[in-house]
Amino acid sequence: MNFETIIGLEVHSELKTNTKIFCNCSTNFGAPPNTNVCPICLGHPGVLPVMNEQAVDFAMRAAMALNCEIAEDTKFDRKNYFYPDNPKAYQISQYDKPIGENGWIDIEVNGKTKRIGITRLHLEEDAGKLTHVDGENHSLVDFNRQGTPLVEIVSEPDIRTPEEAYAYLEKLKAILQYTEVSDCKMEEGSLRCDANLSLRPYGQEEFGTKTELKNLNSFANVHKGLQYEEIRQEKELLAGNVIGQETRRYDEAGKKTILMRVKEGSDDYRYFPEPDLVRLSIDQAWMDRVRNDIPELPDARRERYVNKYDLPEYDANVLTQSKKMSDFFEVAIEQGADPKQASNWLMGEVSAYLNANYKEIDEVALTPEGLGKLIALIDEGTISSKIAKKVFKDLIEKGGDPEQIVKDKGLVQISDEGELRKIVTGILDENEQSIEDYKNGKDRALGFLVGQVMKATKGKANPPMVNKLIVEEMDKR
Amino acid sequence: MFDKSISELHSLLHKKELSVSELVQSSFDRINSVENKVKAFMTLNEEGAMQAAKSLDDKLGTEDARGLLFGLPIGVKDNIVTKGLRTTAASQLLGNFEPLHNATVVERLQTAETVTVGKLNMDEFAMGSSNENSGFYATRNPWNTDYVPGGSSGGSAAAVAAGEVFFSLGSDTGGSIRQPAAFCGVVGLKPTYGRVSRFGLIAFASSLDQIGPITNTVEDNAYLLQTLAGHDKMDSTSANVDVPDYLSNLTGDVKGLRIAVPKEYLAEGVDEDVKNKVLAALKKLEELGATWEEVSLPHSKYAVATYYLLSSSEASANLARFDGVRYGVRAEADNLLDVYKKTRSEGFGEEVKRRIMLGTFALSSGYYDAYYKKAQKVRTLIKNDFEKVFEDYDVIIGPTTPTPAFKVGEKIDNPLTMYANDILTIPVNLAGVPAISVPCGLSDGLPVGLQIIGKHFDEKTVYRVAHAYEQATDHHKAKPEL
Repeated sequence: MNFETIIGLEVHSELKTNTKIFCNCSTNFGAPPNTNVCPICLGHPGVLPVMNEQAVDFAMRAAMALNCEIAEDTKFDRKNYFYPDNPKAYQISQYDKPIGENGWIDIEVNGKTKRIGITRLHLEEDAGKLTHVDGENHSLVDFNRQGTPLVEIVSEPDIRTPEEAYAYLEKLKAILQYTEVSDCKMEEGSLRCDANLSLRPYGQEEFGTKTELKNLNSFANVHKGLQYEEIRQEKELLAGNVIGQETRRYDEAGKKTILMRVKEGSDDYRYFPEPDLVRLSIDQAWMDRVRNDIPELPDARRERYVNKYDLPEYDANVLTQSKKMSDFFEVAIEQGADPKQASNWLMGEVSAYLNANYKEIDEVALTPEGLGKLIALIDEGTISSKIAKKVFKDLIEKGGDPEQIVKDKGLVQISDEGELRKIVTGILDENEQSIEDYKNGKDRALGFLVGQVMKATKGKANPPMVNKLIVEEMDKR
Repeated sequence: MFDKSISELHSLLHKKELSVSELVQSSFDRINSVENKVKAFMTLNEEGAMQAAKSLDDKLGTEDARGLLFGLPIGVKDNIVTKGLRTTAASQLLGNFEPLHNATVVERLQTAETVTVGKLNMDEFAMGSSNENSGFYATRNPWNTDYVPGGSSGGSAAAVAAGEVFFSLGSDTGGSIRQPAAFCGVVGLKPTYGRVSRFGLIAFASSLDQIGPITNTVEDNAYLLQTLAGHDKMDSTSANVDVPDYLSNLTGDVKGLRIAVPKEYLAEGVDEDVKNKVLAALKKLEELGATWEEVSLPHSKYAVATYYLLSSSEASANLARFDGVRYGVRAEADNLLDVYKKTRSEGFGEEVKRRIMLGTFALSSGYYDAYYKKAQKVRTLIKNDFEKVFEDYDVIIGPTTPTPAFKVGEKIDNPLTMYANDILTIPVNLAGVPAISVPCGLSDGLPVGLQIIGKHFDEKTVYRVAHAYEQATDHHKAKPEL
């Protein structure tokens, strides 16, 4: 790159309160269209909003977890714009007195820690969902989502690479999940991200003209979109062209960004204080109550894993990236599993399965108890780690008790020396050549012989014992 | 019949000398005989009202029929939503709108078992001072049908004055209860901001709007407020302040009362006859043992400008939801933007469009500080003026309007002279304090209103003074001939 890249991210995250922000409608995802609605969220004439206190608590909790200063005096404003997803033609949001300001989070990229500033976090209401019907002269609107509480989190322009942007989003998502204020499901729209990117010559203070990227429906696409945009802008600048102030959308199929509209000046939303809601005074007692409710955050948990369970930094990092994975790990070791082995399984087999099947840990049949028992069976020598992988497949797909699976399938490890020695002798009798090779210094021959024994026992033989017995028997010959 | 007070009617009903059905029927009979001249109603609820009356008659005489308002017919301003009963806010855009829910005040009236006979005409979305801005037809002043009834609650005041209902609900953003009450010779109260729930009031200017009662007498007014007032969890701006017993204070005693009379309220522009009526009223109160002194509300002169900036700004957002997409009358067009434009261009009247444009402009980036923000600051100064006076005085008294009712058509082409008519009522809304208008005589056959302004949440004192004055005079007994 000939230029320095400046990236800022704007994240919207739905809060998982029981009811909507200004009425008693449910916030459940997936209900039939326009069933979680009432005159209030539909913006009928004469209705008034009443603030859901849980939404304020959740927004404060998120702001605190992001190290923001909490406003002692905060208010709500109307953001005016006409669109069919917005039944009042204004969105109740926060303009100049957001709940949280001046926060930060630490991210790690290539082993280096970097602090990314958070400009502000504010509370607002979500809009309805529009569906454009191909070939029809109308669009459909579903107001179930209208009035779901939302926090908007705006980063400082501290991000310098698409990789940092990705790490920021991962970290932000982890924190929001840990604080238990949001599900952060991008596929359900409970987490959404817009990105701003501009370039400037190295050493220059002022920012270049930025473009805004929309339609970024996964963290991977944020990464790809920014990568594309970075190169596109560089090419434009090197060709002597000027970057226009534009909104562009990421086209997943074409793997490129496409111009949506050119921005002329900034949109005028005619913000003014919402007269239907009273200002909020947040006193110390309120802040303390919310702060006390914040569960352990990923950084604290990571540190604990290293100090208490002796896990390597790397393991602790990977495990705490997702709250669900980390919670799973905690229960498994509470049940007595060895922390390092549990970590190995979760980062290895479990993650591989989840990634291959696009699933999350709470969407498979495996339980922390199951994993703990599986590890215990290996420790006791009841099964080999090879057999364990077979049992694991059953566990993650169908669930059940590992001990029972091992018994039912006759997978108990053969650790009886007499029995094994018989099998070893038989294998050696059939493989004179390998013995000779071994004696001539070809170590590979030993591996081959072990493999033959495992094959004969269908993998049930205790591998270290097999090794030992083969060497002993060969020495006798 | 319509000379009777609430307590008289209550006693007639309970002695079974009168049934609710007869009472409600008499209301419709009166409507049938005078409505073609007055045009106070937007929608009549004859079938529903007669049905309700019948079921109330079954309860009459039982333990369940104790409330003072039991069985009494009432009219509701058409910007207050009534479940299943057409509510238009006098706008063509809402010509077909049937609300899915009741306003809190309507719920409270239902609990008190009043009977809603219909919805009352008004200036469209409560924007106007003459009822000429109704999107349907203009209500006329029952005292002289060549004159306006005032506005925006013109229908509410005219219906009571014409004897069509015993009392009604209005709403007051800049004088919309008091000014028509003054023009029609009835009693109208704008309560303290936050005293009565706004839930279900189709918003014009949310920080100024209040629902209030319009009645024949001060006592009736207090009965009605007793039912309407109090905190509502559906309205965050409704105050959690105890509701006192408004009736207990109606003793006729004003001895030692300290009255402030702002010199700005009797200044140039106030009709001589109106001024004399107010001075006569002050004299009457003096005779009853009160004292009065001249004071100043120095920022009053900025009130009209401040009001039109703030109320129009809020209105520009409040009225943005009327786009024809989800309810109301939609104009058909080829694309979304044109649906919006056509629906709003055709559905809204001239005055409403004027204020939406004014408010949109005042909130626009680059103008916000100079208009909206500045107006908010001036509003604080106006509020401080009142608070300062109330440090030394119990009530502030002046005329409700600078002149009696004007002729239909007289001011409709000049919005600024129309706006100036609210010069004495607007400061009260900006300050959020309560005020009542009571009749204080006739000028050339048209009623004049006396405005009594109280401290925040001190409707009790306002009522006490208004009642003492009313009982010492006969002005409230004068009725128009129709």
